[in-house]
Amino acid sequence: MLMDPERLDRLMNIAQSSLLPLAKGALLYTIPLAVITFLIGLVIALFTALARLSSIKGLQWTARAYVSAIRGTPLLVQLFIIFYGLPTVGITIDPLPAAIIGFSLNVGAYASEIIRAAILSIPKGQWEAAYSLGMDDVQTLRRIILPQAARVSVPPLSNTFISLVKDTSLASLILVSEMFRKAQEIAATNYEFLLLYTEAALIYWVICFFLSMIQGNVENRLSRYVVR
Amino acid sequence: MLVVEKLRKTFGNHEVLKGVHLTVKKGEVVVIIGPSGSGKTTLLRCLNVLEMPDEGTVTIDGKQLQFANKPSKKEITNFRRLTGMVFQAYNLFPHMTALENVMEGPMTVKRLNKHEAKEKAEQLLAKVGLKDHMHMYPFQLSGGQQQRVGIARALAMEPKVLLFDEPTSALDPELVGDVLKVMKDLANEGMTMVVVTHEMRFAREVANEVIFFDEGMIIERGHPEQLFTHPKHDRTRQFLKRIQ
Repeated sequence: MLMDPERLDRLMNIAQSSLLPLAKGALLYTIPLAVITFLIGLVIALFTALARLSSIKGLQWTARAYVSAIRGTPLLVQLFIIFYGLPTVGITIDPLPAAIIGFSLNVGAYASEIIRAAILSIPKGQWEAAYSLGMDDVQTLRRIILPQAARVSVPPLSNTFISLVKDTSLASLILVSEMFRKAQEIAATNYEFLLLYTEAALIYWVICFFLSMIQGNVENRLSRYVVR
Repeated sequence: MLVVEKLRKTFGNHEVLKGVHLTVKKGEVVVIIGPSGSGKTTLLRCLNVLEMPDEGTVTIDGKQLQFANKPSKKEITNFRRLTGMVFQAYNLFPHMTALENVMEGPMTVKRLNKHEAKEKAEQLLAKVGLKDHMHMYPFQLSGGQQQRVGIARALAMEPKVLLFDEPTSALDPELVGDVLKVMKDLANEGMTMVVVTHEMRFAREVANEVIFFDEGMIIERGHPEQLFTHPKHDRTRQFLKRIQ
């Protein structure tokens, strides 16, 4: 017999009593961490993309080096360097800020490539039309190019965001008490690893499911001006 | 109004403009014709610096750009405000309605407030016959309608000279008439226009001067009647024969 009634009872109890702490971990850490770092990451990404597209060699080169370093190293290693490594040179950062810095830099690098590609996908005629009205580069970007690039970049950026939500579980390893760390802590007391980790997995799935729905809405809203 | 002197432009080692001189008086309509690859579109695009000439000057309404001493971005941007351009592929902003397309320049560049910009844009769209299409997006409009929005958008900046780059070449034949009519009306109102086109009837009826352009040079220029019926140069004659 795989499961006698008593054990089933115990599992149900644990599942129920762990739901609140896990939900708390998700609502207080996982989701805010993902949202905040995504927003910071987008700002970094925009400036990185513009730096790479600029004609100033120094800027181009800096942006390239940043993207290459972030994409060429594991996220977990980046987090460890920030949280466990930097204190040895006298820079001590608390777990949550360390996670925010690490994830933001990571998202910034990946999203910059998306934004760069989106900007490049807008036809040259759009720049020329804006220039011919007397707009400068900044006005053209802000009013004409970026609004169109935004539409193009929603699907790939959603991908990045969904990955980020799941990657926040790595913050458990630098002591942020986000959802997965909560699951580990509870499992350590009752040894129900399969149950707790599956529960955490389901919560991630639910969050990502809703994010996909939001993505659909945003896409529809930004696509009102294209033929469908 | 518009004076072009010694304009040169090279792409790689191909000299596209070989020292072009051109004068357009206020209120004049100059039509440039010529075979494809002759450099006529490049010439037009040099007038508002969408292409950067290597040498020469362009003077519009007394303001001059000298290309040999590399004008700054700011100088170029300011200079562009003297001209308006209508593109072969319309190049409307797809994320804005017709009205918003026309309001964009005045609001962003001239800092007009929304109310003023809207009033003006509505007038211009009515003028090009699109009063009922103001709130449509470009993809909901026909090519001819889009091009008329393009003209209204250029007019909204109150340019001294309006440049047309083959404005009807991408249009279905039955839509060409509406666009040409708008252009004709503008000419009659005294707008200074430089038009690159293959529409010989328009050239005949509207132009004060027709320029035949080939291999980066002005081969022949003259009153349309004279240039079309008694071309002086062989190349002009051959070109006219081919397109008729």
